[in-house]
Amino acid sequence: MRVARPAAGRARPARRGSALSRAAGLGVALAVLGCLVVASTWIGARETTPVEVLRALWSDDGSYATSVIRDLRLPRTLTGLLVGAALGAAGTLTQALTRNPLADPGLLGVNAGASAAVVIAIGVVGVSGYGGYVWFAFAGAALTAVVVYALGASGRGGLTPVRLVLAGAAIGAALSGVIAAITVLDAATFDYLRFWMVGSLAGRRPELVAELAPFVLVGLVLALALTRSLNGVALGDDTARSLGVHLGRTRVLGLLTVTLLCGAATAAAGPIGFVGLVVPLVARQLTGPDLRWSLPYAMVLAPCLLLAADIAGRLVLPQGELEVGAMTAIIGAPIFVAMVRGRKEMAL
Amino acid sequence: MSRHPTARVVPGTVPVRLWSARVTFLLRPRLLLVAVLALLGCGVLIGVSLCVGAYPVSVPEVAEALFHGTGDRLAVHFVTQERLPQALVAALAGAALGISGAIFQSMTRNPLASPDVIGFNSGAATGAIVVIVVVGGGAGQVAVGAVGGGLGAAAVVLALARRGGFQGSRLVLIGIGVTAVLGSVNSYLLTRSELNTAQNAHIWLIGSLHGRSWAEFGTLALALLVLLPVVATLGRRLRSLELGDDLAGGLGLPVAGTRLALTALGVALCAVAVASAGPIPFIALAAPQIAARLARGTGVSLAAAGLVGATLLTGAHLVANQLFAVLAWCGERAAWLSFVDPGQRHVQLPVGVLTALLGGPLSGLAAASKVTPMATLMGRGW
Repeated sequence: MRVARPAAGRARPARRGSALSRAAGLGVALAVLGCLVVASTWIGARETTPVEVLRALWSDDGSYATSVIRDLRLPRTLTGLLVGAALGAAGTLTQALTRNPLADPGLLGVNAGASAAVVIAIGVVGVSGYGGYVWFAFAGAALTAVVVYALGASGRGGLTPVRLVLAGAAIGAALSGVIAAITVLDAATFDYLRFWMVGSLAGRRPELVAELAPFVLVGLVLALALTRSLNGVALGDDTARSLGVHLGRTRVLGLLTVTLLCGAATAAAGPIGFVGLVVPLVARQLTGPDLRWSLPYAMVLAPCLLLAADIAGRLVLPQGELEVGAMTAIIGAPIFVAMVRGRKEMAL
Repeated sequence: MSRHPTARVVPGTVPVRLWSARVTFLLRPRLLLVAVLALLGCGVLIGVSLCVGAYPVSVPEVAEALFHGTGDRLAVHFVTQERLPQALVAALAGAALGISGAIFQSMTRNPLASPDVIGFNSGAATGAIVVIVVVGGGAGQVAVGAVGGGLGAAAVVLALARRGGFQGSRLVLIGIGVTAVLGSVNSYLLTRSELNTAQNAHIWLIGSLHGRSWAEFGTLALALLVLLPVVATLGRRLRSLELGDDLAGGLGLPVAGTRLALTALGVALCAVAVASAGPIPFIALAAPQIAARLARGTGVSLAAAGLVGATLLTGAHLVANQLFAVLAWCGERAAWLSFVDPGQRHVQLPVGVLTALLGGPLSGLAAASKVTPMATLMGRGW
């Protein structure tokens, strides 16, 4: 059956503001992110001044303040930056791939795969240190992604966004059983894991940044490269095909990118919830559905949320700090609930 | 529009007329068969779980212990004080979860809907952890905390989602938000407690029946005795709701009130199960689906879902208890099967581990075969 396409040929997404204003908005977001980076290196248990922070960033004068900033807060901040950008991009990609604004990487089971692999690494293999986890997290995330993809694509009807989500949810649930089994049987692993499972940026080694950065940067570049095809995917399978989008290739590459970003982020900071869900929604509200804009927005806004949450976590308790994973939920959930309540009809 | 008047008979049903058509109903033989088989299966599983364990008891000994209370003292103790109450709590909690899941799935017309969707389970978990970690309470207090937390979370979600009626998607989305916050609170509380305390809380969170006694059984049975008649009366309205809100309203059903009442009922059933066995995953999700598939009918039957739920949880409890013993037994006979150290043969897994391991993929695959409406309601942490 032939269906006449509209004369305009390509359906343009609804635009919010001009390109100029969206670029300006992105600039503002970047400026906010810059301020948060400075604040994150400045605020902490030990009093430092912004001048000290700036001096420490330029040169190492060997003072205690400088070493606190360079060895503790800077790695933590940069890790937050990378993890945030990765989660924001991964969330946007997942929502685009599944055409479901509720989807986040957790839903595809990728986070659970990374977590389960880390649990196995700690509990069964006996690996310690983030350098060791990263590879397990990748392997777990990749393996889960492959299984989820295969499961989603098998059977009648082939791969659809819905089947992908269902397969992800099923595998994720089974993996949570694996995690539960290992942590029940092994008290030491549980003890270690309960701190990892909250999601935290504290105490990250400086070397972690160097280990994490390549994966995240490659993932971000891949994500940006996919925006055009994913814009097509958003219009539905048939329209996408007629626009010349390779659906299979886009889905595989998209899943690969999500895996890369989530595996790296989860290994570095533990399973941090909500950032990948709420930030893409906010970005979409600001820019409209065009991924060429909403993805960069998400990539900047997500580290903003993560760093703000991390800083807030250091300030809320009179002693010690609240882990960033707990803070993101406490900050992100009200935004999310307000957005849900604000909309008249939920377009799902 | 049918030209054949006989086509009005619903396929798969047998019209029954008793006492010269004074009592008429549609009998679904397949549904009846499923219910009877589930009941039988549940009975057999309970029987087996009375016999096996670290202290095996033979069938005649079990019968003697049950009916006369005599015989080997250890056997009597294990059978009547440990295995029987645990198996019965499993059966009742499974039934409550199955019915609760069926109510939610039927009401939302979504095979993935379960009480967790509206934040009940995470609220119950928070309540329980607070009692375990902060108050240091015993099992009874934990149950009270869990029910309180669950009801509180459900109430918050319902209140937040209230505007514009209980629109399904809004409810689910708000549930996700509240669940995320509570999940973080739970993780945080686990990091701020002693390892032993945290471990107790962790096992409770997975869902376990170990240490359940006649006291828990009594509370659970009493609660179900109160709730099940309400289920029976409100259950009929579910059928009308399945037609869609407009049509149900047109038929004279107070839609909003019915939804609220059914939600409350589903939450209450889930609450009594969670209070006695912890937030055991997947029974509420899988039982109605399995029942519906076996019965091959349209819609979800509450009774069948409850019976299948009871069978599932009893079976999962049995397997979780015996898994390590079986693995050790296999390992002794074939070296390549020795995953388990013989010293671990008496390890009993919390039943929630098993239902998560099996139930996740099974219900996911089952749901995947029939997918259209559910994508819209997919949430996290189901």
